[in-house]
Amino acid sequence: MSQTEWWASESFWRKTAIWVTAGSFVALIFLTLDSMSAITAGSKRVPSYSVINHRIDYVFDEKRNFQVPVIGVEEPLFGKKLTEAEAEALVSHGKLTTQAKNCMNCHTLLGNGAYYAPDLTKAWLDPSWGTKEVREQEMVDFLMNPQDRLHNAVGRRMPNLGITEAEARATVAFLKWMSSIDTNGFPYNFKPIDQSDPPPAEAPAVNGSPVQQQGG
Amino acid sequence: MATLGKLDSANLNGGQKLAVKYFTVALALFGAQILFGLLAGIQYLKPDFLYGVLDFSVNRMVHINALVVWLLFGFIGSVYWMLEDESGIPVVGLKLGNLIFWIFTLAVAVVVVVYLLIQIGPGDHSSIWLINEGREYIEAPRWADIGIVVCVLTFFYNVAATFAKGRYTGVGGVLVLDLIALFGLYLAGMFYTPNISVDQYWWWWVIHLWVEATWEVLVGCLMAYGLMLTLGVRRKIVETWLYIEVALMFGSGILGLGHHYFWIGTPEYWFTIGGFFSALEPIPLVAMVVHSVFDSGTHKMKNTNHPALAWIIAHAFGNFFGAGVWGFMHTLPQINLYTHGTQWSASHGHFAFFGAYATLVIAFFYIALQKWRGNVWMSGGLSGAWRWKWSMLLLNLGMVGMVMAMLVSGYEQSQIERAIEGSSWVGYFVAQAHPWFVQGMWWRQIFGWMFAAGFVLLVWDMLTIGRGERRPALVHAQPAAA
Repeated sequence: MSQTEWWASESFWRKTAIWVTAGSFVALIFLTLDSMSAITAGSKRVPSYSVINHRIDYVFDEKRNFQVPVIGVEEPLFGKKLTEAEAEALVSHGKLTTQAKNCMNCHTLLGNGAYYAPDLTKAWLDPSWGTKEVREQEMVDFLMNPQDRLHNAVGRRMPNLGITEAEARATVAFLKWMSSIDTNGFPYNFKPIDQSDPPPAEAPAVNGSPVQQQGG
Repeated sequence: MATLGKLDSANLNGGQKLAVKYFTVALALFGAQILFGLLAGIQYLKPDFLYGVLDFSVNRMVHINALVVWLLFGFIGSVYWMLEDESGIPVVGLKLGNLIFWIFTLAVAVVVVVYLLIQIGPGDHSSIWLINEGREYIEAPRWADIGIVVCVLTFFYNVAATFAKGRYTGVGGVLVLDLIALFGLYLAGMFYTPNISVDQYWWWWVIHLWVEATWEVLVGCLMAYGLMLTLGVRRKIVETWLYIEVALMFGSGILGLGHHYFWIGTPEYWFTIGGFFSALEPIPLVAMVVHSVFDSGTHKMKNTNHPALAWIIAHAFGNFFGAGVWGFMHTLPQINLYTHGTQWSASHGHFAFFGAYATLVIAFFYIALQKWRGNVWMSGGLSGAWRWKWSMLLLNLGMVGMVMAMLVSGYEQSQIERAIEGSSWVGYFVAQAHPWFVQGMWWRQIFGWMFAAGFVLLVWDMLTIGRGERRPALVHAQPAAA
């Protein structure tokens, strides 16, 4: 009976298991600390909630080779400029509404959820809303009464979830804020709604400063 | 001496009596999972089916929650099943364990009734605390979260205290440490934040580090016990393999978490970390296949429990293909950009949960039934063996059929919705209406019915296997402990 080689021994693998697990976990902790600072609201990648006071677009970035959110001119949601605290309260109400209405078990948010209905990551920028002038009201109306609005050939309709007007407006705020998150180019090749101003307007071009340079 | 072939709880030790209670609820919830999966599947084909009564979101939520809970019940039952064998002493705090079982079961029933009857609430914290949290897989309202923590803590106490008082085997040691991680990770999902990036960051700590790390190690422990029991493999061999698997599993799975951090707002370095480590994740699963097949071959397939060993082998291959291969297929960011949030994920999810977990819990059902009937013969020449063979065939074929069907739909979706149409809502519906997608959904439904038929047969087999059998179980030539 030959003696067990060191590399096949139980004790070697027990120690390896402990060290590998501990090492991986420590690495994860450090990465988590770094990631947390990178995705706190108000950071470069995840703008502060008051970003809903601005135009948000999704534009191809040559350097990174994918689309990135771009924060443009002031364009307050529902025409009312909010303070940071007010914006956070509104977005939070919207986020709570998406949870309470179980949106994630039909839709995906940031690509996570169920696959029965479209992804909501860039819902705010979707061309389906028509024009940027009617978008906000269209979204509110849709959220409050989706059951009458068959909008696809497969016959799927969003059910009426009893969403109040306040909840609908808050949800729109949440969706607008979510569209400003830098998601490393997801969704890819997305064609956002036309948000350019009419030709005679003096407003700056859509390509404002990229989120990365905005710094909250 | 127990009467062979008769279901008698006197054949079981204390932990095992508790285990079969957990198994019974697990089996019922498995049935609920299939039922609600079928309903949700029909809605893909006929969207008006149960519209406004049990909408897709409700059916899908019950489908995936029943999955999580039945597996959890199956795992807890399996651990209680082996606890006295492994530690060599009666379970410490068994009365408490029994009490917690009833509380846990009642809580699950209340949560499901609320899901079905109340479904949704106003957009404030009361809904999250009382109705549902609206976060995939961990939808359970916060009150239930707290309840789960209490139940899992009690379970942990039972397990740790029993091993501490009795003997600490290698399997026991890994199990206790794994349960600490499993419990601790659940806490990471129990908070509210308006920031969806932060929300999903921690949400994945629970989902990924449960499913792709701690659950995998837990089933590694269960498989080690299962192989010792059914094949009579020497303890030293299975425990060495277990340590290898833990090293590989945690070594790849912990940082493999990064493959969920590509698109949720987190920094780009996760592309490299997540891509690299998750590409390694199949390796421990290969090790498990080698381990189980090699052991079976060494013992010339001579085993004490044919259905249990068959399901253990199904677990090894299902885990490798479902979790390993199917996961690897779309884990690299270059591919995941197009597949993330499509039927690819559903295909992988079904295959992985079934292959890695459902299979092994079913193996434990059979291990339990054998002893429950007085440690009856369950090797070759078993009367009515067609039932377990056919149920196994139907369940596995049904699952593989569903997985392939969803994969076809997923390919179509990633090509048409994502690559061509640019992921807009119109693009989404163009892809959903495409015949290739629709065909995939039909085939998924057909194979879903096949899977359901396999389940019915499984239940029938569970109620009858070993009944009337008068031969005692096969005895291994060599003792399992060495």
